[in-house]
Amino acid sequence: MQFKSQAVAKPYFIAAIGLFVGQILFGLILGLQYVLGDFLFPAIPFNVARMVHTNLLIVWLLFGFMGGAYYMIPEESETELFSPKLALILFWTFLIAGALTIVGYLAVPYATLAELTGNNILETMGREFLEQPLPTKLGIVVVALGFLFNITMTVLKGKKTSISIVLLLGLWGLAVFFLFSFYNPVNVVLDKFFWWWTVHLWVEGVWELILGSFLAFVLIKTTGVDREVIEKWLYVIVTLTLITGIIGTGHHYFWIGTPEYWQWWGSIFSALEPIPFFAMTVFAFNMVNRRRREHPNKAAVLWALGTGVMAFLGAGVWGFLHTLAPVNYYTHGTQITAAHGHMAFYGAYAMVNLMMISYAMPILRGRAANSNKSQVLEMWSFWLMTVAIVFITLFLTAAGILQVWLQRVSDAPLPFMVAQDKIALFYWMREWAGAAFLIGLIIYIASFFVGGDEKEAA
Amino acid sequence: MSGAFTKSMARNIFYGGTIFFFLLFLALSFDTHSQLPKRDMRANITPQIAEGKKLWEVNNCIGCHTLMGEGAYFAPELGNVVVRYGDEGVKAFIQSRPKEGIPGRRSMPQFNFTDEQLNAIVAFLKHVNSINDANWPPNSQG
Repeated sequence: MQFKSQAVAKPYFIAAIGLFVGQILFGLILGLQYVLGDFLFPAIPFNVARMVHTNLLIVWLLFGFMGGAYYMIPEESETELFSPKLALILFWTFLIAGALTIVGYLAVPYATLAELTGNNILETMGREFLEQPLPTKLGIVVVALGFLFNITMTVLKGKKTSISIVLLLGLWGLAVFFLFSFYNPVNVVLDKFFWWWTVHLWVEGVWELILGSFLAFVLIKTTGVDREVIEKWLYVIVTLTLITGIIGTGHHYFWIGTPEYWQWWGSIFSALEPIPFFAMTVFAFNMVNRRRREHPNKAAVLWALGTGVMAFLGAGVWGFLHTLAPVNYYTHGTQITAAHGHMAFYGAYAMVNLMMISYAMPILRGRAANSNKSQVLEMWSFWLMTVAIVFITLFLTAAGILQVWLQRVSDAPLPFMVAQDKIALFYWMREWAGAAFLIGLIIYIASFFVGGDEKEAA
Repeated sequence: MSGAFTKSMARNIFYGGTIFFFLLFLALSFDTHSQLPKRDMRANITPQIAEGKKLWEVNNCIGCHTLMGEGAYFAPELGNVVVRYGDEGVKAFIQSRPKEGIPGRRSMPQFNFTDEQLNAIVAFLKHVNSINDANWPPNSQG
């Protein structure tokens, strides 16, 4: 580790992995509820489990982003972090706030939670992914601002590389667009319109800047390719991301009361959204092929290549599959969406965090790379989780196609629940693939505890 | 990429392109807002509909259902549920959910709504159904 203050990243990474485990466990509960409808009812109804599943996802990704930034920024800026102490205070604040929120979801009915936490003062709850009570939302803003202050001050007092600048833009964008979560007009069309300014402009906008920046950083470190080349690629990728992704928001404005012209804008621009992901894949493979050194951390390189490929498949290909308005008319709000969501989030954001953790954790633990034995185990977990998510996606896609046919296309459309019963086989297969994912995750965690001949610190 | 295309050119295209497309997005959003009053039926929003939307939110209905296709995919679309079941049918369904669920089936919680609350929820769902959403969903099954 080049700078002592990079060590604050470690608790962030550990918390991220812990919350990731929670996310997957609740995912398995949800998968079972799809086929055994009354599983855990009424103790943990589906909506509660889903809220826990998606909120844990968001929070662990944010922990990963923050940890990654705390690790990367001092090294890029060639200076110690502005305030390691602030980073640790914010860590505990965020962890405790996050844990209390999850306990709140599970302990009391949602309506009671809303009553208790001041939803009457400012009504922001009960919208998908933004279910957090008002104090939690305010806490997220405080933590984000403190974090941004810390990171920005570090960059300002040190070297300003393109990788840092792109990361800062991504992180500031994340904080700014989160503010739309406080706007909840009584007009449901306006509510939905601006809800996407948080949700879409996060995952198909500014988060991709964070992704690109992390990927560029790890590629520089592991391949030794010239920084000028990598940073040029980074700019090209984030350009493609934003010129397609911003107007691409339009693919959410097809059927929510917004004018029909969005069907054109949304279809055309979001059809181009796979391009930046394709560029990212080409970028990663290209840089690894042109490597000037053999980095001992093979696992981190595998995650870097994997995130490019899986983000392209999940976000790019599976997104394109249902993004054209005439197709989306039939697939909107079905299991096709769920299929896309699972592979896109895993491929783009889970994997990029796992890549950063894979690269940084050994160094934070005082070695250039983990032992061969540990890396082999980590690579097994890579393949198990990745193949499992591919199968989850394929089964949900099959379920989705059948659902669309039975419920929306056939001559005698079936009611929702009748169609669901007919496709239960695919939900069962999805659940088995989910169990395989959990095994992969357990192996991943085990890889941290395997000893052997660690590579000396460089 | 050849040497002629430098990093600073890439950076300039990034800033220029982002600003251009963000402004274009703002312009489209602005135009949308001028057209929305004719489509979102905002003139018809009563305090009762507002109360229905609040009940929709604080009971996290979107955690299982979709509304105009957005939400979870565990339970039926509700943007057009009044077409499927009618006002009274919707109310009767919500009221009759068993507290302990239905063995082996996906079960909706019993929320113990008052008649006034049920009326507000139905008013909200009827309002959503009246929004001009480009003729979605394809049929009444949602």
